Amino acid sequence: MNIAWGSLLIVLVVSLAASVLVVSLVSFALVGLGARAAGLDTRPATMSPGTGTAVAVLCLVAAAAIVLYGLYIIVG
Amino acid sequence: MDLSAIVIAVVITALVFDFTNGFHDTANAMATSIATGALQPRVAVIIAAVLNLVGAFLSVAVAKTISSGLVDDTKITPVVIFGGLVGAILWNLLTWLLGLPSSSSHALFGGLIGATWVAAGADAIKFAGVVSKVLLPLVLSPIVAGLVALAATYLAYRITARGEEGTIKQGFKVAQIISASMVALAHGTNDAQKTMGIITLTLITAGSLPENAGPPLWVIATCGIAIALGTAIGGWRIIQTLGKKISDIQSPQGFAAEATSAAVILTSAHLGFALSTTQVCTGSIFGASAGRKLASVQWGVAGRMALAWLFTLPAAAAVGALASWVAATGTLGTVIVAVVGVAIAAGIYAASRRQPVTASNVNDVEAEPVPAGV
Repeated sequence: MNIAWGSLLIVLVVSLAASVLVVSLVSFALVGLGARAAGLDTRPATMSPGTGTAVAVLCLVAAAAIVLYGLYIIVG
Repeated sequence: MDLSAIVIAVVITALVFDFTNGFHDTANAMATSIATGALQPRVAVIIAAVLNLVGAFLSVAVAKTISSGLVDDTKITPVVIFGGLVGAILWNLLTWLLGLPSSSSHALFGGLIGATWVAAGADAIKFAGVVSKVLLPLVLSPIVAGLVALAATYLAYRITARGEEGTIKQGFKVAQIISASMVALAHGTNDAQKTMGIITLTLITAGSLPENAGPPLWVIATCGIAIALGTAIGGWRIIQTLGKKISDIQSPQGFAAEATSAAVILTSAHLGFALSTTQVCTGSIFGASAGRKLASVQWGVAGRMALAWLFTLPAAAAVGALASWVAATGTLGTVIVAVVGVAIAAGIYAASRRQPVTASNVNDVEAEPVPAGV
């Protein structure tokens, strides 16, 4: 029996990278978006609403690019 | 085009299998979205159904590789395929009744292996192929997906720990809709093709299509519609198990689980180490459940699923063998198999009505109590 450990490792590494990247980007974006609603929060704001929005937009664009690449793989 | 009774029987049975495949696997994409309330149950299954239909039309690349590597292709006859399909359908229905996610592909492989064994002997089965295509993915899929989902979930909570709670909860729900849709689309491109492949293969062996022909449009369309209808009906029992009985899933976990499933399915399909969709999705949900601090995970449910996974291939093989043995006796045998199969299916349906799980009660689950001292 011949197990392709190499390709298994690649699958693990690539999917780990992709998943962690997308989830982290969305998480950062949500933290950024949260800064806009900071007035409701009693804790000190982590960043200004403007910075938060900029971070969110950047992160969401990056996440969307990865998702679109995923779509391209599905269709292709 | 002269179609014999057995060919017509195979086409119909294949579409029925496709239908069970659809409602069995709705949970893969949508269970956590339904559990966290990101999508209304009915809306979720409709989205999954539409994306499965779209997926069926997107590509036909996998359609020809159904049986290759598992059984000797030259020994496959319509009777073998018919028996294999009956075995796969009955196992799918039984596991649905028990609310257990099991791989429809493994059920199909099992059915075909059993049917081939009876028709052509053990020599026609490639056991090394069974290990590398079925056994290995079965063990590795949940581990790979579980590890990735664990890491992703841990990071999601770590990063958003200082964020604004309402935004984060709502944001992850929106993100879930996208991640669940990706899983559903990827599923459609893969699973509808299995049935297309089977019908095409049957038509080729019957001489209705030239060798190396791709699936005709009516085959693509009927397969897409069958899997979409099955998905739209929704396998609520399995959705309930995956969404509610493993852990109390929150939206960050749901998103991490679905993003992981999509990532693992796509990379494994394109980097040449095939993993099973159902087992990947299940592994993701367990990983995501364990990734949140203080979350209780019902590992007993995992034990039951693992048992079902182990039994999928041999059980479907046994039914497939019996079905093809009877069907091989001629048209009467085929009719008997069909009638008995329908009767058993009706019985399973009747049993499910004693404790129906539907769109309206799918989320009503009291978490199973954790045994004392654990």
